[in-house]
Amino acid sequence: MSRVIILADFIGGKNTKTTAELATAAARIGDVVAVVLAPQGQGSAYAAALTHGPIDTVVVVESESFAAHGVSAAADVLAQIIVSKEPVAVLIASHAFGKEVAGRVAVKTNSGIITDAIDVSADISATQMVFGGSTTVHSKISHGTPIITVRPNSISADLKQVSPVIEVLSCEITDGSRKSKITSSQPPVQGGRPELTEADIVVSGGRGTNGDFLAVEAFADSLGAAVGASRAATDAGWYPHSHQVGQTGKTVSPQLYVACGISGAIQHRAGMQTSKAIVVINKDPEAPIFEIADFGVIGDLFAVLPQATEGVLARKS
Amino acid sequence: MRIAICIKQVPDSWAEKKMVNGVLDRVNVDVVLNDLDEYAVEEALRIAEAHGGNEEGGPNSVTVISMGPERATEALRKALSMGANNAILISDASLAGADALATSKVLATVISKIGFDLVICGTESTDARMSVVPAMIAERLGCAQLTFASAVKVDPLTQQVLITRVTEAGVDEMSGQFPAVISVVEKINEPRYPSFKGIMSAKKKTIDVMDILAVGVTVESSWSLVLDATPRPSRAAGIKVTDDGGAANQLVSFLSEKKLI
Ligand SMILES: Cc1cc2nc3c(=O)[nH]c(=O)nc-3n(C[C@H](O)[C@H](O)[C@H](O)COP(=O)(O)OP(=O)(O)OC[C@H]3O[C@@H](n4cnc5c(N)ncnc54)[C@H](O)[C@@H]3O)c2cc1C
Ligand SMILES: Nc1ncnc2c1ncn2[C@@H]1O[C@H](COP(=O)(O)O)[C@@H](O)[C@H]1O
Repeated sequence: MSRVIILADFIGGKNTKTTAELATAAARIGDVVAVVLAPQGQGSAYAAALTHGPIDTVVVVESESFAAHGVSAAADVLAQIIVSKEPVAVLIASHAFGKEVAGRVAVKTNSGIITDAIDVSADISATQMVFGGSTTVHSKISHGTPIITVRPNSISADLKQVSPVIEVLSCEITDGSRKSKITSSQPPVQGGRPELTEADIVVSGGRGTNGDFLAVEAFADSLGAAVGASRAATDAGWYPHSHQVGQTGKTVSPQLYVACGISGAIQHRAGMQTSKAIVVINKDPEAPIFEIADFGVIGDLFAVLPQATEGVLARKS
Repeated sequence: MRIAICIKQVPDSWAEKKMVNGVLDRVNVDVVLNDLDEYAVEEALRIAEAHGGNEEGGPNSVTVISMGPERATEALRKALSMGANNAILISDASLAGADALATSKVLATVISKIGFDLVICGTESTDARMSVVPAMIAERLGCAQLTFASAVKVDPLTQQVLITRVTEAGVDEMSGQFPAVISVVEKINEPRYPSFKGIMSAKKKTIDVMDILAVGVTVESSWSLVLDATPRPSRAAGIKVTDDGGAANQLVSFLSEKKLI
């Protein structure tokens, strides 16, 4: 049977939910080979994290270069594995790192690339939403090994338990891939809440919070949600940049997105428009965000959110 | 230093976009300089200005490069009026609908021909939204990739570049030697408005227009094929309530009906 390679998605040393999502899409096409790029000495620990999702084989490569040289080292090794394993497709998580790796791999292997797919079918065609979610596109790669990046949280993962075959590979990292050096790294601050791009529910606050995110956070916690922010809020220093949703922040597509005190600028919408349901709380009935709301409340977030938080907690108890 | 900037002309973010025969209709739409590329132009100028300026005969030159239709000269003209020295437009009918692979191949070929110490890009074109062209250019040029920079420090003497990279994976400090490809995030600076003097002198600067033959590279415009493109039905009008004290309860009922809680 044909093979499909996925690049296991580790962020800050942790396997993310996205790996199982990639495996789920890949399994529609063929046998799933998950490539794990691990720091020296941590190959088995990293590989052992892949316990869920339809993965047949795990290929582990250990190298200090992954931490030291980032994208270029990862692309170098992945391209070598593609050449030796001859997969029919390669699926990678669609975030800054994943897209850059995909781009370099596409160049190295002379292959076409599709980014930001929200789905991939058995015939290796990809579904994308373009122009701020207004158009659905199906496309296919016509040359080389299809390299497709898949947006986290858009495929519902088959989380079956597996114990894949583990294969340890050693790869040379070429000089050309060591031209830039990472001298220090600070992983993102996570806190106790779910990761933005993985969360089923995201509650975001904007300039309307006036810097006070307590009501937003309390509502998020009642729902088990992640907290997001508009650029106005991150620019003001009210919330960390890593929580920014939008064109120059993260793209999220949760089951539910709650926008509180956010006007709905096109750059914000670009990061949340594909959410399955959208709830809005805004004082201004003319705010453009209402155009995409499934449920909109014209009101003060400081009045509505605490009541809604109580309401949710009451239903849960 | 020889600094090259890659900029793209894109449909205005607010304009309605349509697909014609599987590619974006770039003719019947208002176009602007990709706003994320303005930060690249600004950063290039700041780097030049911090190290002796980019006056004629000075130590630095700033060249803006774009691949696109004829009218992308408007975007290049804007970068010239901000203060860039020269501009190159690669325009060829065979490049219509070019994908990132073709784009990066053409840009990398032109850049290596003119010679460079630094290439500066935006992080994303607001139309394609791929965020791959800078990494592809670095790969093709075989030089250091220093992308998603929220801060850049350059030392022309030691030829060293230091950046702070910000992505979902956290914050990294990175270093590399000339020649290097950099992409900058929008937090890095505040792009200047072209001054009157800048606009006047930009009118006198020539834009070097090349076709694919002049670049001397063969490319297939795209290795991905759009099978179909369907406008999504616009979201059905939602429920809108004015809060008079009871909206929160209605909201919670809505969430519960939709099985979201
Ligand atoms: C290159 C570029 C990239 C950008 N990238 C992003 C991005 O990634 N993400 C992003 O979000 N933005 C981005 N922006 C900025 C974007 O254009 C908007 O400026 C920003 O989204 C506005 O944030 P906001 O909605 O929180 O603020 P505002 O537009 O000021 O809206 C605040 C809203 O809060 C409401 N409000 C005020 N008080 C209350 C209250 N007590 N209760 C309820 N409602 C209240 C107001 O009615 C108003 O609608 C980008 C801009 C540029 C130029
Ligand atoms: N046609 C083009 N001409 C010049 N530069 C481009 C072009 N396309 C992309 N770029 C550069 O690459 C960056 C990322 O674009 P993209 O990968 O298309 O999202 C942009 O911000 C530009 O700096």
